[in-house]
Amino acid sequence: MQHADVIMVMGSNVAENHPIATRWIKKAMEKGAKLISADPRFTRSSSMADVYCPFRSGTDIAFVGGIINYALENNLIQKEYVVNYTNASFIIKRNFNFNDGIFSGYDEAKRSYNKSSWAYEMNAAGNPKQDKSLEHPRCVYQLMKKHYKRYAVDLVCSITGAPRDTYLEICKMYTSTAAKNRVGTWLYAMGTTQHTHGTQNIRTYAMLQLLMGNVGLAGGGINALRGESNVQGSTDMCLLFHILPGYLKSPTKDNQSLKQYLKKWTPTTNDSKSANWWGNYPKYIVSLLKAWYGDNATRSNDYAFNYLPKRSGNYSHISLFEAMYAEQIKGLILFGQNPVVGGPNSNKERAAIDKLDWMVAVDVFETDTSTFWKRPGVNPADNGTEVFLLPACSSVEKEGSVTNSGRWGQWRYAAIHPLGDSRSDLWILDALYKALAQEYESGGVVPEPITELAWDYGTGKEIVSEHEPDVHMVAREINGYFLKDMTVKGKNFKKGDQVPSFAYLQDDGSTNSGNWLYCNSYTGPDKTDNKMARRGLKDAVNGIGLYPEWSWCWPVNRRIIYNRASVDQQGRPWNSKKYVIRWNSALKNGNGGWEGDVPDGGWAPGSKHAFIMKPDGHAWLWAANLQDGPMPEHYEPLESPLDNQLNSVQLNPAIKLWHVDAPEMNPVGDRKKFPIVGTTYRVTEHWQAGAMTRNLPWLAELVPDVFVEMSAELAKEKGIKHGDWIAMETARGKCEGYALVTPRFKPLQCGGRLVHEVGIIWHFGWAGIATGDSANMLTPHIGDANTMIPEFKAFLCDVTRKGGAA
Amino acid sequence: MRISRRNFLGATGAGTLGTIITFLGLPGNRAKAAQAGPLKTAHTKETTTICPYCGVGCGLIVSTKNGKIVNIEGDPDHPINEGALCSKGQALIQVANNERRLQKVQYRAPHSDKWEEKSWDWALPRIAKNIRKTRDASFVQKEKDGKLVNRTDGIGCLGGAALDNEECYLYSKLARGMGITYLEHQARI
Repeated sequence: MQHADVIMVMGSNVAENHPIATRWIKKAMEKGAKLISADPRFTRSSSMADVYCPFRSGTDIAFVGGIINYALENNLIQKEYVVNYTNASFIIKRNFNFNDGIFSGYDEAKRSYNKSSWAYEMNAAGNPKQDKSLEHPRCVYQLMKKHYKRYAVDLVCSITGAPRDTYLEICKMYTSTAAKNRVGTWLYAMGTTQHTHGTQNIRTYAMLQLLMGNVGLAGGGINALRGESNVQGSTDMCLLFHILPGYLKSPTKDNQSLKQYLKKWTPTTNDSKSANWWGNYPKYIVSLLKAWYGDNATRSNDYAFNYLPKRSGNYSHISLFEAMYAEQIKGLILFGQNPVVGGPNSNKERAAIDKLDWMVAVDVFETDTSTFWKRPGVNPADNGTEVFLLPACSSVEKEGSVTNSGRWGQWRYAAIHPLGDSRSDLWILDALYKALAQEYESGGVVPEPITELAWDYGTGKEIVSEHEPDVHMVAREINGYFLKDMTVKGKNFKKGDQVPSFAYLQDDGSTNSGNWLYCNSYTGPDKTDNKMARRGLKDAVNGIGLYPEWSWCWPVNRRIIYNRASVDQQGRPWNSKKYVIRWNSALKNGNGGWEGDVPDGGWAPGSKHAFIMKPDGHAWLWAANLQDGPMPEHYEPLESPLDNQLNSVQLNPAIKLWHVDAPEMNPVGDRKKFPIVGTTYRVTEHWQAGAMTRNLPWLAELVPDVFVEMSAELAKEKGIKHGDWIAMETARGKCEGYALVTPRFKPLQCGGRLVHEVGIIWHFGWAGIATGDSANMLTPHIGDANTMIPEFKAFLCDVTRKGGAA
Repeated sequence: MRISRRNFLGATGAGTLGTIITFLGLPGNRAKAAQAGPLKTAHTKETTTICPYCGVGCGLIVSTKNGKIVNIEGDPDHPINEGALCSKGQALIQVANNERRLQKVQYRAPHSDKWEEKSWDWALPRIAKNIRKTRDASFVQKEKDGKLVNRTDGIGCLGGAALDNEECYLYSKLARGMGITYLEHQARI
């Protein structure tokens, strides 16, 4: 971030929630960078900004779509980058069309699209047709231009409530990064994702960044500011229904064999210039299966592929709680998650949990979720759930790695033994496995997928309470090792040797690797071979602060991904003063080589397309794989005070609507009763659902109570004074807290009328020292069309005064 | 040898504490307070760690004495935070040393209004029995169309964003081995 010329913070409040990251924004600003903050509320990040622009929650696509329009209309793009590295020049099928908010292929009854008309038109060689002049009327560039021409400044400002002058200043400032020697970076977080169109929100950022030529550069990119210490790593390990470690797809029902699975998920290309890295799918999944099922995974049994559960639908968070509410899910296991505070429509999630037969919760403190049976208003005698609360030790009492927002895997050490009977989650998982394997020794329904797991982390068969599993054995399995003596790429390896990088993984069962992305993190038998534990501070030759010898970064210690896009077709950096990689013809005895960061593949400049993970080798301005359109289009949130001014489709037409026939199961508020826009946010002093901060005396004292923030104008209208005890209510629930009346919220002019917005902090529940109502009692069970991430950030509410100031 | 910020402070030692304070330019009253007694980090063992809160990945130094943590502070050598911490990071010692920490397995029987303390030996087989009972009752080997799915829809798994990579990996392996498809965590919300 320190190398950026312009920094956009939108959908994030970095100064509040990632204060230390903010140091690097300040470093950039000291060097002359401009900071823009676009947020419904004037936040701590806004207070640092050169330009602050308010806008209404849930209108990001209109806001950024307008900037895209400004860039295209004024020809403010990095054309060489756009032509060579994005799919702007690709030609789309003749039968694609877009009409008043609906893309071609829409099936209203199914609320989904047939995407065939969104595909590229192919040439005789089976490659996408291109027009590098960008003039063909059906090329992506022209289709974008036509689509976003509708996002004119006045209309955008009417939708979003952004003041026109400020908005235009932002358009001008951000598009200044289209110059080759200028770069902008974009910071976002849950303010962007938690919408019914969250994926498309991020797409607008990505598209703008590509038009500016800002992806792959130092000081560029799109930075997802991760809110948990290892939410990057937990996602890499794929604790999500749809993916297996390393972002491999979890099998679907139609994948009845490994062959069918590979046919469905391995992308192909006819373009010799496309690296098509995912073409290595077979090596990665077979190595994963060998790590999981060891000798029980053989060629003749498809490497135990059919032991993996196969999905036949959506099993995401909201679906999970709906299934629990419907009494299909009877048992729940939680490792450090507190959904009765953090989940949407939490009254409903609590009611679902009430129906469980049993719960196993693993945590450092007593959480709100594990004490659901003694929450306010509930008689424990009425609840028949059996609850096990297992004591986990804290992060400084165990050893292992966590991966940060920048994909650095960093090693932590145990300072002391776990307190009392508390144990590491690793010990608990190991013990759970052994207990389960023992249970299934006497038979059971299809026990083999459990009993045949390769599970030996140095603790033997018995559960010994003092014996921690060897975390280095786990880390070495994640990296992977050779399963026989062999020669690969001219190098000899012995059985048991660590695989040096994923380029050496095999699809014939001769290597294992629990997560191909982490192959290269632990490359030898000793603890000194654990690259995640490195503490070297020597910088790379480009001197831009990559710190290649500090910890380790996936993939293969590449610190900035997509870095082949940071140079032109001759390998010359767009900005030589802060280059990421560059081609040096003097290297390798005059044969030439890359210097700087680890390049996205070592091929000579121009010989392979820059975006190696895409089958067509180009970054996707046009994304034909999404559920709700190849280009983002503005729709209103589920609950909105206004009609959609851009098209006549109010709500994202491709999202799943829950309980259409029984609206009382997921009530939606109307504008008359709930005229105010509501949103949720966090403070520095608390963390997520609060278990790790509401139990700490210092932090509980700093922020002891729930508050609801509102403008002075709204407070006056409602007869509320700063410090009054008030209620915030939606169609789903009511929260009480203190009124925080500030000028940080201002009523906005949207669609010819004044729109108020209020915000509430969401960290609270009944457990811990600092207690209060959970803001998620207010939020709906509705998710994004692609990810099913709930729409926490924009809903309708009302506020009323309950009592005087404390 | 490159002298790091931390090596410099460490190498000067306690005997030159006054010099360090002058060097750092602390105001007089704080300098006096620091001189009043030995540093709480004197004669401690130091280990490094990474902050368990947000995803920035700040480094910290944990100082222990006699098996107890006596101090946690920002790691000045860490290239991301260079010693700085936010209010949560600074309060991390209160996670480690906290009387509210769970130190025993807690069990709540159906309809009970209280926790009971249990041992791991008591709890683990009982949990395994519950899992087996629910898994076996809900296990779908084949769907009605005859397609093999080997899945249980009766158990949900949540959490993991605060776990280490090695823990997340084993969690993923174990849950998939059990046939669980309702496997989700904080990244979805």
